Parts: sequence; structure tokens; C-alpha cells
Amino acid sequence: MIEIRNLKVHLGEFRLKDIDLTIEDSGFFVLMGPTGAGKTVLLEALAGLVPVLDGGIVIDGRDVTRLPPEKRGVGIMYQDYALFPHLTIEHNITYGLRYHRHDRHAARERFERLVGDLGIAHLLKRHPDTLSGGELQRAALARALIVEPRIVLLDEPLSALDQNFREEIRQLLRQIHRSLGITFFMVTHDFSEALTLATQAAVMNSGSIVQTGTIKDIFQRPATSFVADFVGMKNVFPATFSGNVAQVGVVSVDVAKRHGNGNGYIAIRPEDIVISLKPLDSSMRNSFSGVIRGIVDQGFLYEVHIGVQDLTFRSLVTKGSAVDLGLDSGMSVSLSFKSSAVHVF
Amino acid sequence: MVRREPFYWVSVSCGIMVLALILLPLMEMLTAPSGAMLKEALHDPAVVRSIRLSITTALSAACISFVIGTPLAYVLARSQFRGKHVIEGIIDLPIVIPHPVVGIAILSVAGRNHWLGNFMSELGIRIMGSTTGIIVVLTFVGMPFYINALKSGIEAISPRLENVSRSLGASMWSTFARITLPLAWRSVLVGFIMCCARAISEFGAVVVVAYHPMIAPVLIYERYEGYGLKYSQPVAVWLVLVCLTLFLLLRILALPGKKAS
Repeated sequence: MIEIRNLKVHLGEFRLKDIDLTIEDSGFFVLMGPTGAGKTVLLEALAGLVPVLDGGIVIDGRDVTRLPPEKRGVGIMYQDYALFPHLTIEHNITYGLRYHRHDRHAARERFERLVGDLGIAHLLKRHPDTLSGGELQRAALARALIVEPRIVLLDEPLSALDQNFREEIRQLLRQIHRSLGITFFMVTHDFSEALTLATQAAVMNSGSIVQTGTIKDIFQRPATSFVADFVGMKNVFPATFSGNVAQVGVVSVDVAKRHGNGNGYIAIRPEDIVISLKPLDSSMRNSFSGVIRGIVDQGFLYEVHIGVQDLTFRSLVTKGSAVDLGLDSGMSVSLSFKSSAVHVF
Repeated sequence: MVRREPFYWVSVSCGIMVLALILLPLMEMLTAPSGAMLKEALHDPAVVRSIRLSITTALSAACISFVIGTPLAYVLARSQFRGKHVIEGIIDLPIVIPHPVVGIAILSVAGRNHWLGNFMSELGIRIMGSTTGIIVVLTFVGMPFYINALKSGIEAISPRLENVSRSLGASMWSTFARITLPLAWRSVLVGFIMCCARAISEFGAVVVVAYHPMIAPVLIYERYEGYGLKYSQPVAVWLVLVCLTLFLLLRILALPGKKAS
């Protein structure tokens, strides 16, 4: 278990104020907050890379507040991966082994398994500058995991990636987390990244923790208007799942992935919902016809409320396209979204 | 065809003037002595000795800069603290102080009237007129070039690489040896070359501290004063050639490092 008690950090102009967090063993903790909230500073404080002014960090009952980074058993994976450019991928991954008392044979086995699981066996002899973002990320993950840290800190692991890789890496993180049982502490500015991964979460703003709890708690009962705004995924509906279909009232929604049947929620970002006058002939699995119930001016964009049966979807359109489509209250329109745009939790 | 603007022609003529200013005197000097004179100079033990002394003292200065300047360059590149600018200013001082003044300043602490000079003479260390003195002077004038080159090299390396190394279990020392130094290797080499180049060309400060043993610039000056231009030229040519070879060699050594990174 990781306990952070009244942690205070001053770093130039930046301040972390009285951070209190408890992170359960083998959990997947996600710290969310907008850019500049101090997430990375907290991450580096946990790793021992920035000086702590006051308060303490206890990992598995051991006070590590004044310990140097190499004595903490805390691994870190940065957003830019920070692979050592002068070493091959293999030497990057095995870099830390010599500092840990490992049985050589076991270490070799772990290396083979990690490299296999992460699908990077064919990259071992290459240098980092010849690899893609997703490949670099896998290598960085292997490097952090091979020394068996008690906790792995992930700094925005998905945001630098191409949209197509994100789902893949998300799956990978989940699998790795489950199979190794190491505590993960992930930082992100994107709420939807937290949805599918987090067992525990916290929201941070201007150097303070605003709310902690399960994702559902934060989502359903935002403690402040900031949190409500931050998690603002406006289309949230309770749903009953069976296979890849979520039943929301009388509406059936196709989802990309669902582990197990039962009750839960689906959420769709307003910007992922496309409005058209006629049903779109596209690959989007979900297409419904509805009636515009209202249009809200949001400056650059309009938020359009569309009634489908007894549900109200909210979609964002630019003012230009609203005029092109001639959107108005009471109009019948089609709305569509990809099944991969449906977040399930 | 596009008509060139007057600015273009002004730039070109200025460029030619700059190159002429550098190359004309050098070419003239290099071609003035005959082959026989150059050969003769090479058989003159005084010439050989002075050039060898120039090279060894300049290399020593660069090595000392490497040993004591590297940690300082690291600290200046990585940490922010009060008074950092003052320290950076102090390190740059040798660049702006007139050379004879450097010599006089060093002699003032090395003489018998100073506790440091007394202490050193008790230990048997002599600055005035000794190889040790020459190395001290050359380190004094060359060090800023080494520190500044390495400092900007280290600044270009992401501190995150060091952070990751620490989190993987490596100590500060280990991280420096396995990450920072290999990545800054080219800056080390460039700083080393610049320090060497500055040291090997020093005359004003050395002539004050140690006229003897004679380094090449002092010998060249002595030949010029005593016998005239014609007799100083062959020595000058050899010094220039030795310098060029040395620096070319170091540059070539530095190039494969660039490929690997």
C-alpha cells in the first residue's frame, strides 16, 4: 500500500498542497487533471526526483520520503518514453538488472517473457530513434517492469500515441497489470483514458487533490463543479450489457468491447456524435434518428440536444456546419457514432 | 534569371574579405620557408623540445579541465541555485582578462610574499619558470572553454533520462557514467579540443610566468626578436601543422560517436 500524507512540494513557482492519497496494493490508480495541475510533479515526488518540503510517502510500511530514487522500488515511464538513445532496445530493457539482486536465470526468463508479451522481440537490436511511438512505449514499459518495482508510475502513457494505437496499448496495460499484480499509478488529462483502466482514481487541480474514489463515484457524484466539468462526458446512460450490445432503455447500442454481461454505464463524448440530415452510409455501427430538442450556444460551437426515444444525446457541431445543415429545434435528424467511441464502465 | 539584390553582393564581398584576412597571412607564412629550412628546423632540438612542451602542457591543461571541470559543468547545467550567475561569470573571467595580466595575477599568489606561494615552495612546487607554472597558466585560460562547451552539451540531454536511470536502481555516479557522460561525449571532446586550442596558442601569460622552459610560441617570439621574421617562420609553420593535425585527429575521433548516437 502507498500512503501519501500531507505532502508539500515547492518547485520554482509551482506548489503541491497537502496531498493525501492512499493507493491500494495491486490497484490501478489513475490521477486525472488538466495540463498544469501538478500531476507530473506528484509523480516525480513519488519517485524521489523532486525535493519534498513537508509530509511523507510510505510504501508498504516503509517511509521513503527521504530516500534517493534508486532505493524506492518505484519505476517510472514518461510520456516521451525517455529511452536511452545510445543503447539498443535490449540494453535499454536490461539496464536496471545489475542493480538488483536477481537470480540471473530468473532475470533472463523474465526478460524473455516481457519481451514476448509486449511483442518487441524483433526490435531488440535496434536503437530507439528507429522505432515508432507504440514500440518505444512497449520498450519503456518492459524496462520499468523487468526490475520488479513495487509500483510503476505512468506519465500520460496514451496521449502521445496515435488514436489507432491507444486502444491497443490500453488493452496491453490492463493485461500487464492483471498478470503481474504490480501497483500502477497513471497520470492523465483525459478522463476517458481513466474509465476503462482505473480501479481507483483522483482528480487534481492547481496543485491539490479535489476528489478521490472509484471512477463511478467521481463520475456520478462530482464533489465540485470543477470535477463535474472535467469529467464532462455529457452522454452518460445506465445500460444493461449482453455481449457487444448495451441496452439503454429501448435503444440498443453497439459497443467495441465489454468484459462480461450485466449492468453498467456507457458514455459518449459529444464531439464523437455526428449529426446528419439523412442516415449516414458509413462504417459507424450506431445510427439513430431523432428530433432536435434544443440548441445551446457555446461560443465557437453549438451543443445540440437530440431526443432518441426517451434518451437525450448531446452533440457538438461547429456553427458553420449547423448553418449548412440548417439545424433547428423540432427538426428530424440522424445521429451516428462509432462503437469504439462508446466508453463502457 | 532572378536579379541579385545589392545586399547579396555586399555579403559576398564581405565574405571574401573575411576569408582573405584569415587565409592570406597564413598561406604566405606557410609557403615562405623553403623545404630545406623546414627540415633544418625539425633537426633543431630547441624547436622539437618547444613544440613537444607546447603539446604536452596544453594536453595536461585539457586533462585537468576534464577532471575538475566536468562535475562543475554538470552542476551548472542541471541545478538552479542562488548565485549561479555569479559563478558562471567568474568562470568566464579568464576569457576577458588581458593575457599578461593573467600571468601577473598567477605570479602574485605563487610568489614568496603570499602564503599560498610559501606553502607551495615548502612542498617543493615551483610555479615561476617551470612546466608546472605553464600548465597552471594554460588551465587558467583554457578551462572556461571546456566548461562552457560541456555545460551546453549536458543541458541538451533530457534530465528525464537520468531520472529513469535512477528509478531503475542506478546511483547518481552510475547514472553519470552510463547515461550522461556517453551522451555528452561529443561535447566533452569539443570542449577538450577548444581548451587545447586555446592553451596551445597562449603566449602573453606564459611569457610572464615561464619564459623558460620554452613553449613554441615563446620560442617563435624569441627567434623573431633575435634573428628576424625569416628565422621564426619555420618554427611557426611546424607549430601550425602540429596543431592542425592534432585537432583534425580529435575531430575524426569525434565523428563515429555522432553516428552511433
